[in-house]
Amino acid sequence: MTTSSSTRPSVLASARVIPRRRLRGWANARRFVLPLGGLAVILVFVSPYLVMLLDALRPNGEVLATPPAVLPKTWTFDAFVAVIGDTDFQNWLKTSLIVALSATVIVILVAIPAAYFTARFSFRGRVIFLGLVVVTQMFAPTSLVVGIYREFYDLGLINTYGALILTDAAFNIAFALWILQGFFAAIPKEIEEAAALDGSGRFGTLMRVMLPLTLPGIVTAVTFTFIAAWNEYVVALTLIQDDALKPLTVGINSYVTAYEQNWAEMFAASLIAIVPVVILFALIEKHLVGGLTAGAVK
Amino acid sequence: MGEALLWLGPALVLILGVVVYPAITLFATSFGTYSITGLRKGSAGFDNYVNFLTSPDLGQVMWNTLVWVVVVVVLTIVIGLGLAQFLSKSFFGRRFVRWAVIVPWAAALVISSQLFRLMYDYYHGIINHVLLALGIIHTPIDWLGDSRFVMPSMILVGVFVSLPFTAYLFVAGLNAIPADVYEAARIDGATPWQTYRTITLPLLRPAILIGVVLNMIYVFNSFPVIWILNGSNPGVGNDTMITYMYKLAFKSGDHDIGMSAAAGIFNVLIILIAVGIYLRFVNWRQGDKA
Repeated sequence: MTTSSSTRPSVLASARVIPRRRLRGWANARRFVLPLGGLAVILVFVSPYLVMLLDALRPNGEVLATPPAVLPKTWTFDAFVAVIGDTDFQNWLKTSLIVALSATVIVILVAIPAAYFTARFSFRGRVIFLGLVVVTQMFAPTSLVVGIYREFYDLGLINTYGALILTDAAFNIAFALWILQGFFAAIPKEIEEAAALDGSGRFGTLMRVMLPLTLPGIVTAVTFTFIAAWNEYVVALTLIQDDALKPLTVGINSYVTAYEQNWAEMFAASLIAIVPVVILFALIEKHLVGGLTAGAVK
Repeated sequence: MGEALLWLGPALVLILGVVVYPAITLFATSFGTYSITGLRKGSAGFDNYVNFLTSPDLGQVMWNTLVWVVVVVVLTIVIGLGLAQFLSKSFFGRRFVRWAVIVPWAAALVISSQLFRLMYDYYHGIINHVLLALGIIHTPIDWLGDSRFVMPSMILVGVFVSLPFTAYLFVAGLNAIPADVYEAARIDGATPWQTYRTITLPLLRPAILIGVVLNMIYVFNSFPVIWILNGSNPGVGNDTMITYMYKLAFKSGDHDIGMSAAAGIFNVLIILIAVGIYLRFVNWRQGDKA
């Protein structure tokens, strides 16, 4: 939060004296107050998932004890072992990975050229195309689910990965396109013109010059698409009836039903699904903020 | 035109094929009658719409939807603004705080909803246990069964899972504000609150606008939280338009696909109109100030 003052030293030097003195007490206190506040925020956001972890590390009978205990009386990895060895779980994980990765690749491949072209060139139908994209952003698969079900039913694609991949890709193009367009629009035209003078074609310029400059935007778009596809629930719930083809979001619910309440295994399965995504997210957190700044909110 | 099609073609095919086409199918479906297995039996005219709009449940469901969307979005935006402000300060351990805020975002909504379902549980839930131990309540509360508590309990989860994206969006917005405008405010002797009100908030406007619109869309369409937390309650007393629509088609005794499609069309119109009104409203405010 410190700001550079090198440009206007004389004005600042005199003006700073008064507020500085008043703020010294706070400046000392904030060294402790802010990290403590941070700890409180961490507790709020993480403690539910800590409860999940503790429940996954105890026998299921203990999860259903009344009253519940915060710490397990018996620590055990049984739930994790059971889940990892469960072929249903392996299938769900496989579906989630295949669907989320494929949808992400498709979104990036179709959104990059579209974002580049609409950011750079005016052409007949540009406004209509962008309007269509905005409207898509408002259509969630949830409200259209009956229409989606009927379409894939007619196409014979119920119970296929393809139906999920196509849906997840199509509904996430809008956001990716919007972020990427912000990036392309921010790149000075001169850079591109210089590349064109060097003899690059439009596609070559895009690949060699523009893409490296939009990398944070691509990271942001990839993350959003992957997360959205990884978390998708209602379309999969409706289109996939075959147990072996369900994604994790639908599959894990069968650990807790009216007949069987295996919370420990459901939570173990959930954690196996969550942890890699959290790590992925944490690794790119800086790019995420940068991507949103340049692509969305400027 | 030809070249435009080359660059936009793939995106256009997907959007037309998997977003627009189902929307048209939904529209067509809303004028048909269907057997329980989904076979079209004939035209229904406007019957599905009439049945839907005169349904005795509609008033309650509309009210639930209004409460759900307005309360979750307002709380998310207000708390998100504060959280973003905090996350943009520099202090020891900030990186860990930012990572922690990511967690509910990275966890699927279904997973978080199931987790809260157990934590809210009357007998085995940690929430009642802790509140009893602290003496805040003296008898356990049936968070997901007592009609006074179901909606507030769902709203809490709705805000919790909406905060990460919103906070990050606002952090990005704060980063876009140039540092020298703060410098100028300090020279003028502005108090922190004055600075926030006259500089930060106006400059954060694009981010807030996007945050409100996207949250309106996400929260209105939010399915898993209500589906799972309200799953054990019969009837539609705590349903929103989205879960009500789903129940009509896939869970009700007569699997009324036609009426559910009419509800779907109605939902699409509601969100288009709501976002339109909001954007109109903020533009009008903007014009008024200028």
